Amino acid sequence: MATTSSRRQLGRSVSIVGAGMSGFGAFADKDSRDLFVEAFQDLLDHLDQGMDIEDIECAYVGNYSSDLFEHQGHTAPIIADWLGMTPIPVTRIENACASSGSALREGIMAIASGMYDIVLVGGMEKMTNLPTEGVTDVLATAADALYEVPTGLTFPGIFGAIAKAHMDRYETNLDHLLKVAIKNHVNGSKNPKAQFNVTIRNLMERRVTRAEQRGQPVPDYNSEMDFLNDPGANPWIAWPLRLYDCAPITDGAACVLLVASDIAHNFTDKPVTIAGTGQASGRPLHDADELTSLSAARTAAARAYEMAGVTADDIQVAEVHDCFTIAEIVASEDLGFFEPGEGARALDEGRTALDGDKPINTSGGLKAKGHPVGASGVAQVAEIFHQLRGEAGERQVDNPDLEVGLTHNVGGTGGTCVVNILRKG
Amino acid sequence: MATETRPFNATSFNAYLTEDKRLMGVRCRACGMLSPEPRPLCRSCHSRDLEWHEFSGRGELSTFTCISIGPVYMVEQGFGRNNPYCSGIVTLEEGPRISARILGVDGNNPQNIRTGMDLVLALEEIDPEHPSLMFRPA
Repeated sequence: MATTSSRRQLGRSVSIVGAGMSGFGAFADKDSRDLFVEAFQDLLDHLDQGMDIEDIECAYVGNYSSDLFEHQGHTAPIIADWLGMTPIPVTRIENACASSGSALREGIMAIASGMYDIVLVGGMEKMTNLPTEGVTDVLATAADALYEVPTGLTFPGIFGAIAKAHMDRYETNLDHLLKVAIKNHVNGSKNPKAQFNVTIRNLMERRVTRAEQRGQPVPDYNSEMDFLNDPGANPWIAWPLRLYDCAPITDGAACVLLVASDIAHNFTDKPVTIAGTGQASGRPLHDADELTSLSAARTAAARAYEMAGVTADDIQVAEVHDCFTIAEIVASEDLGFFEPGEGARALDEGRTALDGDKPINTSGGLKAKGHPVGASGVAQVAEIFHQLRGEAGERQVDNPDLEVGLTHNVGGTGGTCVVNILRKG
Repeated sequence: MATETRPFNATSFNAYLTEDKRLMGVRCRACGMLSPEPRPLCRSCHSRDLEWHEFSGRGELSTFTCISIGPVYMVEQGFGRNNPYCSGIVTLEEGPRISARILGVDGNNPQNIRTGMDLVLALEEIDPEHPSLMFRPA
């Protein structure tokens, strides 16, 4: 190899000093630029020691497809203008649902290279302009247009095929998938910014109440599982995945402020450092090494762990890319939290719940918080930033020694994966 | 054969499939890598020395899904919530895997669709206007 070292380190340390999010949901009156402005204002309003916007030297914006969702390309300069940041360089990064995870890495490297000291990184997506079939079509453009899409495979379809392979090979069953949804909605119910700020139990009770009010037959649900097994309430999307196995269609934006660590204390007394970052590419599912794992996630995680000098056992809280419930189970295995095939058992044992030993998706995850695809990678980082600073409110992980967290952001069906490891201080 | 001079791309792949009724991919002369998706560079050894390779069209079902909410072009063909269709991953007998529509199975009863079952290419079902791989139980 014509390189000097296989072990990569950042040229200098990079810290996160602030994070902001728009509300996540369906907002008919907001375009993606409005959502980004909202996220940026949230960041500024919560930046401990404030800042002068003029000090921002560069920005990267993750966005999957404003082109198809809003008929708007070249969105980066629009964001620069709407934030009053022209003429600084602003670049849009597109890597499907990992767009802002990749944008974050560009921001990290821009500072680590010595080029800039203060960089804004964010992501946004405005998805609800289109009907569901239209969104399905747009998301499918992240799969291979020549060899996957013509076969009728959709995004839920490809993850459905992964779920079937996982169920064939391991002990994973349909109930495990539903348990991911229940857990993440419990967390989302504690997140005021979440699109689904409600538990599955709340949704079940609403359905019963609505049936009673309308004089319709009242469903006889004894538990959330009964509700989720009712095809009227939870129809199939792509067997073995149902509606509640899928992240919703969401409008939203998120951003973080990255600075060189040696000036972090000009912004806050509680910075969070980028301890490690890894990104990898992968092939379509039919050409993957395994049908039950995303190789890009395993590679990205290995790089990030190596850079941070930690192992999976050291991770105390994680936001993983649960675009579908099966994706969280697979992620928990790909990241090395659990052995391959053990993700479902860990879920049964409550290990990934908010009060478990490996809390996953405390924000509600993509499932309940919402999944504005181009914003999700940075929104995950925002959640870990808040957790490590002890400011996650009702959903704060109850661990006084919380120091190390991880984010796992997947583009497509594993064509891209970005893993970041964040450390308090 | 004149056909062997076709460029290694999807246009050629689809022409072989719809006009010649053959599943044609590539083989790397340097390392033996097989790919049903024609490509000009070997993904394994980076050689540019590839040749056309005909796949038998036989394989087995490795995993699948039955899709109730499809894209617009499937909805236009009458598929939907009450009429889901099956797509999956087929492992060809030569080793490589490929994505494909799976015909001749009941999308409303996925529990009866068996992974591991033998499949053959359903060449007669392929629409020349919208070519895609389709298999049916052998």
